[in-house]
Amino acid sequence: MDKTKQQKYWNENLKYLAILLSIWFLVSYVFGILLVEQLNTIKIGGFELGFWFAQQGAIYVFVILIFVYIRLMNQLDKKYNLDN
Amino acid sequence: MDIQTWTWVLVGITFTLYIGIAIWSRASSTGEFYVAGKGVHPIANGLATAADWMSAASFISMAGLISFDGYDGSVYLMGWTGGYVLLALLLAPYLRKFGKFTVPDFIGDRYYSNVARVVAVMCALIVSFTYVAGQMRGVGLVFSRFLEVDINTGVIIGMFIVLFYAVLGGMKGITYTQVAQYCVLIFAFMVPAIFISIQMTGNPIPQLGFGSTGTDGVYLLDKLNGLHQELGFHEYTSGSKSKIDVFFITAALMVGTAGLPHVIVRFFTVKKVSDARKSAGWALLFIAILYTTAPAIAVFARTNMIETVSNTKYEDLPDWFSNWETTGLITFDDKNKDGTVQYVADASMNELTIDKDIMVLANPEIARLPNWVIALVAAGGLAAALSTAAGLLLVISASVSHDIIKKIVNPNITENGELIAARLSAVVAVIIAGWFGINPPDFVAATVALAFGLAAASFFPAIVLGIFYKRMNKEGAIAGMIIGILLMLYYMMKFKFDWFGGGTKEDWWFGISPEGFGTVAMFVNFIVSIIISSFTPEPPKEVQEIVDTIRIPNNVGEAHEH
Repeated sequence: MDKTKQQKYWNENLKYLAILLSIWFLVSYVFGILLVEQLNTIKIGGFELGFWFAQQGAIYVFVILIFVYIRLMNQLDKKYNLDN
Repeated sequence: MDIQTWTWVLVGITFTLYIGIAIWSRASSTGEFYVAGKGVHPIANGLATAADWMSAASFISMAGLISFDGYDGSVYLMGWTGGYVLLALLLAPYLRKFGKFTVPDFIGDRYYSNVARVVAVMCALIVSFTYVAGQMRGVGLVFSRFLEVDINTGVIIGMFIVLFYAVLGGMKGITYTQVAQYCVLIFAFMVPAIFISIQMTGNPIPQLGFGSTGTDGVYLLDKLNGLHQELGFHEYTSGSKSKIDVFFITAALMVGTAGLPHVIVRFFTVKKVSDARKSAGWALLFIAILYTTAPAIAVFARTNMIETVSNTKYEDLPDWFSNWETTGLITFDDKNKDGTVQYVADASMNELTIDKDIMVLANPEIARLPNWVIALVAAGGLAAALSTAAGLLLVISASVSHDIIKKIVNPNITENGELIAARLSAVVAVIIAGWFGINPPDFVAATVALAFGLAAASFFPAIVLGIFYKRMNKEGAIAGMIIGILLMLYYMMKFKFDWFGGGTKEDWWFGISPEGFGTVAMFVNFIVSIIISSFTPEPPKEVQEIVDTIRIPNNVGEAHEH
């Protein structure tokens, strides 16, 4: 595999990482910690929203993020013929 | 059947199962001993990783901690799951591509230096030993309460079982035993949670149940906040820790999780890079089942407990209360001599002390569930403790036999010789771990937090920079690891053990507790590494080529021999 193609593959990978890790930061540190009081004024059923993100929501999003990453990378590997 | 008979039956069946699996899948080469021959299916590896990761702390202690700390307990929930996102995206696929057997292998080769390797081995040993001591205490706790044997006898039985399958089976035996242990522990955790959720809210899904209304039509969380207010505790859904501290503790636990050697090594056991990604996804899914249920159990247990004991006459208290009183984990001191339990926040008036560790174990009894459910929880607690202990012992034995003996002391050792060395170091490690379990040092709880801080301050930056920053050289990485660890150790010793003049909460730097300081030490490590490396020569060409290779997922070697 030549160097430029390799660099392109790597840059696309880094772009995915930046997007996914921003969401990772948003649901846990922003929703669950920094803005928890503001979100707690919103109530869904018996849950205050900030508390729900900190003890439930963030974890669900983490699981989804990894499976999205698996999908994106499998497609990327295919595109660059690296899936052997 | 009574609880004790049920417990012996269930523990007997599960232990036989573990030993059976160990005999069926024993290891015959170093590749099988260290990394199960790199042929584990990603779902099986996900199950094994989940069992490896979820220790006595996750199974027995975590829901109890959350139940007393409320919102503050979120640091464990987010911290111990969010680390898997970092693992899956930043570490696992590249380390698998790199191949080899251990984390110090990667550090030593990537930084072309035996000094780096030795620093990594030291960190791996400290982290793993502090962890394993806690597991042995968990085993002792379950045995003493449910089987009414002496705690020490319990620890010795646990040691014998782990010894048998870790020494015989190596990583291969441990992997398949852990798959079975995950099934046992998750079943044991979910059954009582579902029972109690139906009992208290009519909703069979605990994750939804604790946001529902109770039998009296009031939302459970509102009721609990009310009870807390009445008794003088802080509101359950809002915490008492400062925001900056919650932020830093969560980050330290996440990064520490991603840097723990016994978790990382699990991703060396699959066939290809894409399988390493997949197993991280499966692992987190299996972990999330327990981690999203734990906060529900915490709410159910807390509400049940307060309603059962608060302002109740001592002689009217249910059987479970006196059962746990005999273990010394619940104490009642009738300060005002009115024969009634006053459970309040004010320490001078409070008459009841409850060890947080018993909440999960006592929960089924408090909710009056059938005897077999109570026994099942005991078997689940043992599965959680044993599976983690086995994974840690393997890291310890691989560090000694592979990283020290094979790579540094005697590179000419034969494969058979190395296998014997690996088994012998596992035996020694089990004995030391057992000794810690029988004579638990009182700093165990403090050092578990230290383990995460250490992993965050040392391994994580060195590995991430090794993959994502080609220019990173040995001078930068070694300086970063050493300064990161020393800073972390200094802060822990100063504020946990009162050395170097000690200090109180008011003296914490930026208001960050020692538990959260790993995050600061990690940033310092990153900065030091980058600055030092920019003033020192760039790494040799062949090392830069290694970095190029690990970034590309194809052509993975089956099982790297050295």
